[in-house]
Amino acid sequence: MAGGSALLRWLAHPWSLGLIGILAVLLFWQLIAASGLVDKLFLPSPEAVWRAGSDQYSRGILIRDLLASVGRVGAGFALSALVSLPIGIAMGCSRVICQLLEPLMGLIRYMPAPAFIPLLIIYFGLGEEPKILLIFIGTVFFNTLMIMDSVKFVPSELRETALTLGGRGFQIVTRVVMPFIAPQVIDAYRINMASAWNLVIVAELVAANEGLGKRISLAQRFLRTDEIFVGLIVIGLIGLAIDLGFRLLMRRACSWAN
Amino acid sequence: MHLSVTGVSKTFGHGSKAKLVLEDINLDLDSGEFVALVGSSGSGKSTVMRLVAGLERPSTGSITVDGKPVRGPGSDRGMVFQKYSLYPWLSAAENVAFGMTLQGRAKREVSERTAYFLEVVGLSDAGRRLPRELSGGMQQRVAIARALAADPKVLLLDEPFGALDLQIRESMQEFLYQLWERTGLTALLITHDVEEALLLAQRVHIMAPRPGRIIRTVSAQLDRTSLAHLRVSRPFLELREELAGCLRSLDAGVMA
Repeated sequence: MAGGSALLRWLAHPWSLGLIGILAVLLFWQLIAASGLVDKLFLPSPEAVWRAGSDQYSRGILIRDLLASVGRVGAGFALSALVSLPIGIAMGCSRVICQLLEPLMGLIRYMPAPAFIPLLIIYFGLGEEPKILLIFIGTVFFNTLMIMDSVKFVPSELRETALTLGGRGFQIVTRVVMPFIAPQVIDAYRINMASAWNLVIVAELVAANEGLGKRISLAQRFLRTDEIFVGLIVIGLIGLAIDLGFRLLMRRACSWAN
Repeated sequence: MHLSVTGVSKTFGHGSKAKLVLEDINLDLDSGEFVALVGSSGSGKSTVMRLVAGLERPSTGSITVDGKPVRGPGSDRGMVFQKYSLYPWLSAAENVAFGMTLQGRAKREVSERTAYFLEVVGLSDAGRRLPRELSGGMQQRVAIARALAADPKVLLLDEPFGALDLQIRESMQEFLYQLWERTGLTALLITHDVEEALLLAQRVHIMAPRPGRIIRTVSAQLDRTSLAHLRVSRPFLELREELAGCLRSLDAGVMA
């Protein structure tokens, strides 16, 4: 009985079922690979993927690729976050600015960011700039519009109270609007970060010397499915880590909103 | 301090959609007075408050504080809303300090006045708590302390206890009356509750709806040594019944 209740308590932990789901897929994968039903060339075993991964790691390739991709995402997304915050707030606070920019942004937002790659390559060549700018273009409009929406949900009582306490224009923005929207801004960044990761891989598939996306496209050329799996799993893990990082930031910085 | 509202009307919208919500409002308020505006919903009483606060502009007429026309919101007219007006990311003490920091007062003065006004509203021990950790009555006391700490000439109370349970309302009315007696503040109270108005205010204006206008002004000089006794005293009950009947007949459309 005691053992049973300990197990139940363990299962009640919010992460337990998720872990079970992941383990089940790994087990299923191992069974299929071991059965020999599928050609090894198409489906490498978990063990072979692990070996390919540790080989890349020991040769220093994995870290180099990882840093290259993370650097591009970091630079492109940081630029996007910095630009979208003031514009989103300005659009949310001012009807004139909103009416001026919203149709334009609504239009550009629906142009698929990868379609900008040829243009970016013509403008900036094959260096880092087009990749960083692609991530910027692909996320800045979504970030801006989500921030604008969050500003519109600031209760009018909170603004008006500040006005009757002697607050003036810019103080309303910095002391009322910005603290109020902080949780939604962090959440917008967390959600749009996923697009940034999609875009960096796409950009590297097209043109790059290193990076996780580049590694995957090289692996395809040599039919190294084990290395493709390594790349996919590493990308997934980094995405998950970033997502958790944003959630942690939210819990620390905006404990009042939970 | 003298607050004067003279011949004020307010129209929302333009052209064929224009709607007159206030017509020829006149009222005066002097230092130390407690005045109430009573009316049912749609009587425009909250609009009067917003006009005095400077959050809306009158269509005609004038509003002045000490002879100077009101051109917008300012810290000389502190406001307490019905609900949702505490900053949820700030502690009770930080909420009380908020107005003073907006005004750029010295740090030391801010912390001294914050401690003082938290004590005035009986929340010295709750200063570090977040608004969501406070009861509805405590939240409104923080909102009142915050408005007072910004040193207003007049306190505007827009149905400050409207969202509270009946029992808490009664203790908050007691609290507000004692606060008024102790600090000598000047207050304009908006309420739909005749009893609340008569308990607290020396002068009560009754408002009728569509368009909002003042139809009756009552001087309520009652013995307020004990509000509990006042609530059940004969002159109070008679006056309350008379005014409540007046409001009821307005709602039934007899006088409208």
